[in-house]
Amino acid sequence: MTTLVSIRGVAKRYTRGKQTVDVLQALDLDIASGDFLALMGPSGSGKTTLLNLIGGLDKPSAGEIVVDGKRIDQLSSGQLAKWRARHVGFVFQFYNLLPVLSAEANVELPLLLTSLSKAQRKKNVAAALAVVGLADRATHKPSELSGGQQQRVAIARALVADPTLLVCDEPTGDLDRKTADEILTLLQQLNRNHGKTIVMVTHDAKAAEYATHRLDMDKGALVTSGDSH
Amino acid sequence: MKFLPLVWANLFHKKTRLILTMLSLIAAFMLFGLLQAVSVLFSSGADFVGANRLITQAKVSFTQPLPLSLLQRIESVPGVARVAWSQFFGGIYIDERNFFAQFAVDPERLLDAYPEWILPAEQREAFTRTRTGAIVGRKLAEQYGFKVGDKVPLKSFIFTRKDGGSTWEWDVVGIFDGKDDDWAGRSNLMYLNFGQFDEARQFGQGSAGVYIVRVDNPDDSERIARDIDKQFENSPDETKTQTEKDWNLSFVRQIGDIGLIVTGILGAVFFTILLVIGNTMSQAVRERIPEFAVLKTLGFSDGQVTGLVLAEALLLCFVGAALGMVLAIGAAKGVSGALNGAPVSVQPIVWAQAFVTMLLLAFAVGIFPALRARRLQIVDALAGR
Repeated sequence: MTTLVSIRGVAKRYTRGKQTVDVLQALDLDIASGDFLALMGPSGSGKTTLLNLIGGLDKPSAGEIVVDGKRIDQLSSGQLAKWRARHVGFVFQFYNLLPVLSAEANVELPLLLTSLSKAQRKKNVAAALAVVGLADRATHKPSELSGGQQQRVAIARALVADPTLLVCDEPTGDLDRKTADEILTLLQQLNRNHGKTIVMVTHDAKAAEYATHRLDMDKGALVTSGDSH
Repeated sequence: MKFLPLVWANLFHKKTRLILTMLSLIAAFMLFGLLQAVSVLFSSGADFVGANRLITQAKVSFTQPLPLSLLQRIESVPGVARVAWSQFFGGIYIDERNFFAQFAVDPERLLDAYPEWILPAEQREAFTRTRTGAIVGRKLAEQYGFKVGDKVPLKSFIFTRKDGGSTWEWDVVGIFDGKDDDWAGRSNLMYLNFGQFDEARQFGQGSAGVYIVRVDNPDDSERIARDIDKQFENSPDETKTQTEKDWNLSFVRQIGDIGLIVTGILGAVFFTILLVIGNTMSQAVRERIPEFAVLKTLGFSDGQVTGLVLAEALLLCFVGAALGMVLAIGAAKGVSGALNGAPVSVQPIVWAQAFVTMLLLAFAVGIFPALRARRLQIVDALAGR
């Protein structure tokens, strides 16, 4: 398999007041195209920071990050925004849907940044909602949906622009076991059936079992790696 | 346009707050529309007054009377068609609350100078020959129920009679109408025969407050005004002649600078609104920082997020302003009715002023929250920092 994400010597340092914290240190990592990678580790180990760097939400203090052949660590803020819109889908722990919008309007948001016509956007939204099994909930507001349904809407929003990469930050952290399994199964299907490359941060060892690979982090460095199953 | 549903939906984040904010905007713009309509009325109030009339008053003040001996010299000025004179009477009908304008006039001259007033021939004749006669405008007659044959006592706060009394009794001999809606709306006054007035008053015989000069050609007005005033230069009765429009304006301005008063009130209102809406917008954006972070995560640029917040402020102000101005139309009609049909209406110029005000307000209340949303760091905002 080809390498989709290549990380070399990446460090991330935060300054909070007078304190400087090294969150990531000289980290090297390759993620293959079509992989489903679970990043695990204790709180403060740097896994969400790494995820943010891979997703282009933040920039490293040192090192280089190449995604699909593009050095994203050298992009400006505006260029990164455009890059994210085209290449990355995001799924958060608390869904982060806009409460005033219906499910379909939430899913449509990334498409507003494209040149697609209204009809085409509507068609793509319907397709994305169908993939996550929520075609019949399109007009419902987030407050009218269960947690699992909201996360499905968030996944549909992440998918709708057909991104190269899905980054998921604790996608099941706010769900019960049964619903979490349903969401993880959905992610697994997206990986297996639609070839989506997924990087998922989780605390949950059971969730990590759905991934094809698992990496453990501690104190800003990778400590182990291996196949999940 | 594709972002409009998003902007519109964001307005409804907190419905109660939206309603209260909207109500304050509506109230502010209704006040704006109404006061500006009144201001426009005062600044262009003579639009419906014939431009072919001049008013000659004493140079010092319109309260200073002019002798009637000036009449012939004014009439001799080339281009003058007809000259009338008028004296403000200042009468109260029964109670101080019942005050309306009355002028003592020479009947024939007055009606020649004001062909806009329509009076039946027999009533005109009666007004001319009845020295205690009065004619009443239709609106005033309807308001007080005056009819031909009534005797109307008026207590003047300016003129006392030779017998020491200040109550004058007048015989209503005619009811006059305006030639069109504008003039009909102004028919809330009374004209009194100068005959009884001049004979019976204790002081000021043979003088009048102003001369009303009707000209043949409005294009000659400026020259005629100049010629009239020139006739009386360096005399004990120097005059100041101006168009009826300018005279009306200067009369109204005795109350004060209406434009300045309106500007002052609206300035205070909009400064308050600026603070209220500005605070509301800031609060609305502060509460939605994580949502803006999500939009940025999805690929919305800093500029697009800035634009969304500004568009939200614009939409809020636009809806509030539009509703307020529509209500101002109704309010203006109410004020017009209360002012006996004075033409108070929301003119196109007021709509244009409201539009510009709305744009400025939207920018002022939206720019700082927009910049805050623009500057937010995604990672920090998502982490709640």
